[in-house]
Amino acid sequence: MSTPADPLPAGGVVDAGDPPWRVALRTLLARRTAVFGAVVLALVALLAVLAPWVAPYDPLATSWAAVRKAPSAAHWFGTDEVGRDLLSRTIWGARASLSAGVIAVSIAVGLGVPIGMLAGYVGGWVDAVIGRLVDAMLAVPFLILAIALAAFLGPSLGNAMIAIGITATPIFVRLARGQVLAARAEDWVEAARAVGNPPVRILLRHILPNILPPIMVQATLAIAAAIIAEASLSFLGLGQQPPAPSWGSMLNTAQRFLTQAPWMAIFPGLAIFLTVLAFNLFGDGLRDALDPRK
Amino acid sequence: MLSFLPKRLLQLVPTLFLVSVLIFGLQQLLPGDPALVMAGEEKDPAVIEQIRARYRLDQPLPMQYLHWIGGVLRGDLGESMRIQQPVADLIVEKLPVTLQLATMAMAFALLIGLPAGVLSAVRKGSAWDVGANVFALWGLSTPNFWLGIMLIFLFSVQLGWLPASGFVSPFEDLGQSLATTVMPAFVLGNAIAAVLMRHMRSAMLQAMSADYVRTARAKGLVERTVVLRHALRNALTPVITLGALEFGTLLSGAVLTEQVFSIPGFGKLIVDAVFNRDYAVVQGVVLVTATVYILLNLLADVLYVLVNPRLRS
Repeated sequence: MSTPADPLPAGGVVDAGDPPWRVALRTLLARRTAVFGAVVLALVALLAVLAPWVAPYDPLATSWAAVRKAPSAAHWFGTDEVGRDLLSRTIWGARASLSAGVIAVSIAVGLGVPIGMLAGYVGGWVDAVIGRLVDAMLAVPFLILAIALAAFLGPSLGNAMIAIGITATPIFVRLARGQVLAARAEDWVEAARAVGNPPVRILLRHILPNILPPIMVQATLAIAAAIIAEASLSFLGLGQQPPAPSWGSMLNTAQRFLTQAPWMAIFPGLAIFLTVLAFNLFGDGLRDALDPRK
Repeated sequence: MLSFLPKRLLQLVPTLFLVSVLIFGLQQLLPGDPALVMAGEEKDPAVIEQIRARYRLDQPLPMQYLHWIGGVLRGDLGESMRIQQPVADLIVEKLPVTLQLATMAMAFALLIGLPAGVLSAVRKGSAWDVGANVFALWGLSTPNFWLGIMLIFLFSVQLGWLPASGFVSPFEDLGQSLATTVMPAFVLGNAIAAVLMRHMRSAMLQAMSADYVRTARAKGLVERTVVLRHALRNALTPVITLGALEFGTLLSGAVLTEQVFSIPGFGKLIVDAVFNRDYAVVQGVVLVTATVYILLNLLADVLYVLVNPRLRS
């Protein structure tokens, strides 16, 4: 967190040579693993967006002439138990996984950050109640709470996103609360208060921009966890419903044909692995780049 | 030295209360009427009434909660609607299976994670260090159910060395028991090994740059003694705590691993209950899991104080 002596600029960011974001970007670009992560993510996102145009076949089109065919020139990833093209399904599956990751984490950030900021800024019994609630939610292991929520909401991709989002919320409540507590003690917040700024303005214009970096890092890593969680729920039958393609549900089916068609299990799993790895590498790089101690 | 314990125990009460409210509240999210589902095809009104009365679905929510929590406090977690068996019995029956799996997984995690972390810290920048870091990234990014499927493909389908699924109790046949659990335990332990390796590495790096390590070296001690007796002993303290916290990951992971390997444990119990809309079982399993997890957190705190001489005064 930057702690300038001059409290005047909104957000407390001060100009000392290069703007901080440029310094961070330079650090990020200097890390080869982070750049690799960013490139993979850009590719996966591009494939997801352009799925209707880049997928060679209709992901839902069955073909009895091409049941469980091994990878070939016509079907690079092979075909599944009803003759659907696995490359096309993997490309379309990126849509389900990426959107699940991003939307679930958006829910978690959208709920968690305001609640955490409120708890940290107001303190007192509000903080105590929110703190206990967060403790209670964190006491249930992540996936078990997500499974329970998804099960009670009913199996669908949308409900899986909601379940994962709610389950990931407490982490952001804690993070935002801790950051606000630290920021509250800073001189520039004191100055903003002394000038007569109302609390909402102090929180949004002065504190929020300063606590964003750690939240961004946490969000990137949380997307990786959310993608695995979505794949897990879909694998259990609680996420994306057939015949719509998702990496998790493709693996569920693949398990039944492991002897006859192992390729059905290899490619969706590799897709999850690569995407999650890319988010982890990018998140690690982002953490180093945004670390104020550097 | 454990003067914080009574206060911590007292703090558990509101947390556990809120956990129980949370778990009880889950059922209110349900779109359908459980009595209707259970009444079967005919939907005989008399049967529906009977089911409502039997499971107290006709009473107001606070009454339902009080009845449920009262039972829980007496060790009665309700009855499985599906198989008409007490939930507590089901849990007692399935828990040892998952505990065996979790213990073996933790053993794998410690055996791989700790030496890898120490080695990569001591040989920082070497091929060992790079290898250990690649392993950690791989462990953190691989969905464990996929790893399970791939191991089944390799060791069961291709090589035929290990059974693909099932479970044998160690009291029946120890060899078979190990054969059925070694793959799932490795799958479960893999991700935790990665986490432990990262913690161990950073704790070790910190310890190795501490003054007492420099003193030990200056005294002319062999490097091996410096690393094992001086640095490692101090670096282990935070890792013990973090390791205990990973038990939550183990319980989450067990759900998927047991599904992949068809192991009749805790995880499979909750998944089956979810699909059978067997609320009492879902609630019971989540409640027991949360309680175990909270107690493990407390245990981790106690351990931290016990192994850290500076906190013993």
